[in-house]
Amino acid sequence: MEPLGRYRPIIDDFEAFLEACRRPLGNAVRINTIAASVERTLEVLDSEGVAYEQADWNPRVLRLETDSPGSTWTSFHGMTHGQEEVSAVPPVVLDPQPGERVWDACAAPGGKATQLAALMDDRGTVVANDSNLGRISALRFNAERLGATSLAVTNADARNYSMKPFSFDAFDRALVDAPCSCEGTIRKNPDALDDWSEGYVDSVSGIQKGILRRAIQTTREGGHIVYSTCTFAPEENEAVVQHALDEENCRVVEFDVGLEHSPGLTEWDDRRFDDSLEQAIRIYPHQNDTGGFFVAKLEVTAE
Amino acid sequence: MSDNDGQRFDRLPETNAERSVEGRASRAEVIDYFEDRFGIPSETFADYTFWEKGAGKIWIYAGEAPTPIEIEAIGMTCLRTRQEHWKPTTDFVQRFGHHATDCVIELEREHARAFAAGEDQALEWWDGDWGYLIAAHEVGVGPEGRAVRDGENAERSPQEEGVERGQLEALGVGLYVHGELRSMVPKGRQRDL
Repeated sequence: MEPLGRYRPIIDDFEAFLEACRRPLGNAVRINTIAASVERTLEVLDSEGVAYEQADWNPRVLRLETDSPGSTWTSFHGMTHGQEEVSAVPPVVLDPQPGERVWDACAAPGGKATQLAALMDDRGTVVANDSNLGRISALRFNAERLGATSLAVTNADARNYSMKPFSFDAFDRALVDAPCSCEGTIRKNPDALDDWSEGYVDSVSGIQKGILRRAIQTTREGGHIVYSTCTFAPEENEAVVQHALDEENCRVVEFDVGLEHSPGLTEWDDRRFDDSLEQAIRIYPHQNDTGGFFVAKLEVTAE
Repeated sequence: MSDNDGQRFDRLPETNAERSVEGRASRAEVIDYFEDRFGIPSETFADYTFWEKGAGKIWIYAGEAPTPIEIEAIGMTCLRTRQEHWKPTTDFVQRFGHHATDCVIELEREHARAFAAGEDQALEWWDGDWGYLIAAHEVGVGPEGRAVRDGENAERSPQEEGVERGQLEALGVGLYVHGELRSMVPKGRQRDL
């Protein structure tokens, strides 16, 4: 918990925050509407005697009362997919529409990519990319298990991503769920902070900046990009978005999400960020009894 | 005729007459197979394209892509051709199996469990075709809501029939020969339920 001490000045009720970080997280699943409707999935869970609680902000997210959410009929049939509650937020904020071209820059293991496909009724094109060949197999496995036919998988470094394999030259939307220091996953993975260092935060923020810039460059004017991480470090969140505002044609836009959250920061460590960053959201573990997340939404503007 | 290039995705030719790669299935053949064997209406696939990557591995895709394309995957694998008997994949059957009317073997709970666990089982009562079948079971019906079987009530509306069919969920592909149903569920998809 040591590295989290630096957030004392920015988090309301810091003791409740630390307390929540120490509590383990329950099992959450997302209903995969490619395989079955919400009603049908609940019907199967009911008849199998699996208890659940539906998230207030999203009827497709369930907290399951079972120790093995993978050993249920709904999981076997691809009706449910284990996915942390806050991890389901970025695709909802991106709000992709059926028929669109959408890029998921850091897609493995595929929970969010398949969620994007489901939100599009599996119509259109979701290009799910990951730089790590080892994780591509998990991405492909999940995409097939969940029946996402609108999803194409690529293996490339997102920072210099080439559109060459495709027949189109821009995406309508992009999701950058960036590799990060993962502080927000401490409840799921108690070792998450073991390798934390300022040096790591600095080096990963460089990668994050490169990926976000490429996502803006490959998205059409007027298109949207969601930038998200599962960490609290402003160097990996607001500072990365600020860098994109400085270097690319884009602006931060407002969005609604029915989860308790705090606004993005406009200053950190004597550094000022653009006032628009207040429209980004910071989700802390004690606010909704979830993991932690940062989400910002951008729009590509004219040159 | 050229050879199949296993490194890239090539879109299937519309018909056999348009075939330029030796031994490659055509879109028409694939759709006919699903219709002839399983009764899946050909319109089901109107918005999908079919591709080959690897020898006889057929993929179904709803998105945009030029042909050929060299990427990791498009859509999902749906069928194995270039062998004596074509074989659909478990994932394809779970995704599209509810459209099937033929060669669907309905399993009771314990048999469905064994099937999902990857077990082979003796099922002497099946008097339908031999070969690759779609195994299915009823889930999500309480005793009071148990669906009425075909023929028991001729007055049912199409909507009610739709609901009834909706209770049946495809488990995967089974190979039925000599009174035995062999589960084709791949290792990584098998579950003890």
